[in-house]
Amino acid sequence: MLQKGDKAPAFTLYATPDQKFSLTELKGKNVILAFYPADWSPVCSDQMALYNETLKFFNRYDAAILGISVDSKWCHLAFSQSRKLHFPLLADFEPKGDVSKSYGVYNENEGESDRALFVIDKDGIIAWSYLSPAAMNPGADGILDALESLKQKTK
Amino acid sequence: MSSHLKPAVSEKDHAEGTKAATVQLVEYGDYECPHCGAAYPVIKKIQKTFGSQVYFVFRNFPLSEIHPYAMAAAIATEAAALQNKYWQMHDIIFENQEMLDNEGLQQMAGTIGLEIKKFQKDILREELQAKVEADFESGVRSGVNGTPSFFINGNKFDGGANDLYNMLKENAG
Repeated sequence: MLQKGDKAPAFTLYATPDQKFSLTELKGKNVILAFYPADWSPVCSDQMALYNETLKFFNRYDAAILGISVDSKWCHLAFSQSRKLHFPLLADFEPKGDVSKSYGVYNENEGESDRALFVIDKDGIIAWSYLSPAAMNPGADGILDALESLKQKTK
Repeated sequence: MSSHLKPAVSEKDHAEGTKAATVQLVEYGDYECPHCGAAYPVIKKIQKTFGSQVYFVFRNFPLSEIHPYAMAAAIATEAAALQNKYWQMHDIIFENQEMLDNEGLQQMAGTIGLEIKKFQKDILREELQAKVEADFESGVRSGVNGTPSFFINGNKFDGGANDLYNMLKENAG
């Protein structure tokens, strides 16, 4: 798993059925990557629903959040609509789990991403990472603490 | 994660029981959340069983995107607090979760004897919404990851209301 100080690997993944999204599009912003095992499973749903409510706190730190799992773009679309999510879910679908693997958070046994969080600074360097037990929703406090210390550093 | 209650309980919080109690129990809850509705009678049972040993604080954690009336309900309890009827409003909402909408809240306010004109004016006050939002932010900062979330003496408790009851029962025995 990539750690603080590592360069965040670039990627381009489907965000909607007809639109791809690249990490480079967020250059100059802080970025939160939330890898999670699967759409629809109860814990993930709570985690994404929580981040949906905490977007305004992320905004205060000039940070954008991206959810990433191996589910397809169509599955993400249905899940996102059902939960009324206001941030993109990216499909790490083909080649399966490629981006998750590049961040070192792919579970080969399950064929799913681990539940892992990364905060990437405005220069594309990982400022904080956290691997959560798969069944545990890690909340948003760690993310906010990491964003807060980034803000302190750049002062 | 770290999961300590931030900020600590203060006089700004709504609390039941005596401060000197050995167990300070804080719930972050959402009035429209069915799990919080299910936890409600268990909290009552805890309060009844352990009496003066428990100091209970409720903080708002409305998940407004999935629960359209959660914020309105939280504000309604804050408006009731201005008429010294916070807990009556809290209780009646959880006891009638199925009728939770704007009209339902008005009815409940009437049932517990709030002065309706004042209530209707108060629910529009920005500082009440700000108070609910401050609760929410404190929850996020404290590691709340869903509702209900409980903290005992400032530490996050990983479990639901029934686990809480069983744990207290064991410690008491």
